[in-house]
Amino acid sequence: MIRILSMAQTEFRIALRNRWVAIAVAMMVLFSLVLSAAGSAPTGALGADRLSVVVASLTSLAVYLVPLVALLMSFDALAGEVERGTLPLLLTYPLSRAEIILGKLAAHLAVMAVALAAGYGLAALTAWMGDAGALAGLPALWRLFWSSMVLGAVFLGAGYALSALSRRPSGAAGLAIGLWLGLIVLYDLGLMAALVADDGGRFTTHVFPWAMLANPADAFRLFNLAASDATAAAAGLAGAANSIPAWAALTSLALWPFAALALADAAFRRVTP
Amino acid sequence: MLTLSHLTKRFDGAAALSDVSLSVAAGERVALLGHNGAGKSTLMKIVLGLIAHDAGEVEVLGAAPGSPRARDGVAYLPENAAFHPALTGREQIAHYLRLRGLPASGAPALLERVGLGDAAQRRIGTYSKGMRQRVGLAQALIGTPRLMVLDEPTSGLDPVSRRDFYEILDGLAAEGTAILLSSHALTEVEARTDRMVILSGGRMVAQGTLGDLRRRADLPVRIAVTPSDIPCSATTLREALPGAVQEGGQVVLWCAQDAKLAALARIAALSERVADIDIQPPSLEDIYSQLNRRAGQ
Repeated sequence: MIRILSMAQTEFRIALRNRWVAIAVAMMVLFSLVLSAAGSAPTGALGADRLSVVVASLTSLAVYLVPLVALLMSFDALAGEVERGTLPLLLTYPLSRAEIILGKLAAHLAVMAVALAAGYGLAALTAWMGDAGALAGLPALWRLFWSSMVLGAVFLGAGYALSALSRRPSGAAGLAIGLWLGLIVLYDLGLMAALVADDGGRFTTHVFPWAMLANPADAFRLFNLAASDATAAAAGLAGAANSIPAWAALTSLALWPFAALALADAAFRRVTP
Repeated sequence: MLTLSHLTKRFDGAAALSDVSLSVAAGERVALLGHNGAGKSTLMKIVLGLIAHDAGEVEVLGAAPGSPRARDGVAYLPENAAFHPALTGREQIAHYLRLRGLPASGAPALLERVGLGDAAQRRIGTYSKGMRQRVGLAQALIGTPRLMVLDEPTSGLDPVSRRDFYEILDGLAAEGTAILLSSHALTEVEARTDRMVILSGGRMVAQGTLGDLRRRADLPVRIAVTPSDIPCSATTLREALPGAVQEGGQVVLWCAQDAKLAALARIAALSERVADIDIQPPSLEDIYSQLNRRAGQ
């Protein structure tokens, strides 16, 4: 435990000095502010409090931003150690490879927590200043926060796996961008296209809900929108899948971090220093 | 502390190490010598458990290489020690201390011991190569290891730091630490280690003390005699010593190890013709080249 904590402390310090903390916080704050400003318009019409509406738009933002920040922080985690030549020495210490990954994960999750707290906190503050009843949306905001952390853990794990697989930071960066593009952008576009082509057939009723659950980013979006009252504010693709219960989405989202970390551990074990 | 028997390692079918057997006892300092690609680093990485071996047996502190027990008692100094440039020397050593289950408060003393006390609060990114090497040494000293594996430990160190470095090693060996180090600098190894192991092309060519190696190489000894002021001394000496040649003001004779005493007796008989005498045994460089050449045939 001390070893994991020491690993985490050192990694957090490095993230702080490499400006990763500043970059992550700046990104989250900037986008949250833009969204709160833009999302303040449709409030009254929906009958929901202002914060719940902001949470709905923050959910759509988090689906893009959280995986991106997680992959940016993690792609270098193991490949960077290989390239700098620091890995062989580290591996001669009484510390398992799983402990190295867990230490880095703890540090990167801490960075993520700081960035999300700053971004979401600021959004909550602006919503509360515009609407005193916005406090009713706090549970939704809290749910968004911790589920964002889970989503972050999934993509941190995936980033470590790619980092270990490619063994070179440049290669890992390429793979990370590819993964982000594939899972976050192209996956939904593909499903959308398939839905249109299928026109309410077998794919729509049988395959589509499972395809949504299988992608951690979609599961995250489904969980937050299904659990929120203000779903209509930011429906999109999730609106088409409102038959999927929140617990199913949560189960998928909760299982993904373990799968991603197991993959990372397996890939890291195959790295010969 | 460390026992290798019939160790063999292949990379893509090519043998990197074949049938290497050696052991290092507590308090012993053993030097691994060899050209680049002779298999020194591969051997060390196997001992550390970083790579697996194909055949033979390796026992580190009575356990398998890379096992928790072995890692607990083994310290490693990699060739060109590298660290994250964003950390200070003190933070880096504190981290390594905690990984070994020791309090981080020991970091300043360790850095002081390797002469980095003043630079402890600076980032490693600003360090010179020699300073990074000393951070590497500081981390290898953590917790008085039972076996130290040092890959080219003095590369990048200036002569004074080298001497300090070997003094630290002598102290550790005296406390019972077994030391396995590789080096290109044969002259410093010659005086500072108990035993030498010569690797060539992945095979062990020779091992033993400097004296053992000298006998095995069987290289001639160089005897240089400075003639005295008596006229024609040089000529007299050359005539008395068959095979001797004039080199500058000296008469130089190369003779085999077992003919050394006879040659000296003949010189001693002409003592009034001799102003001075120098006997140079073959250097480790010469022995090393000779044994390597013989192994190559």
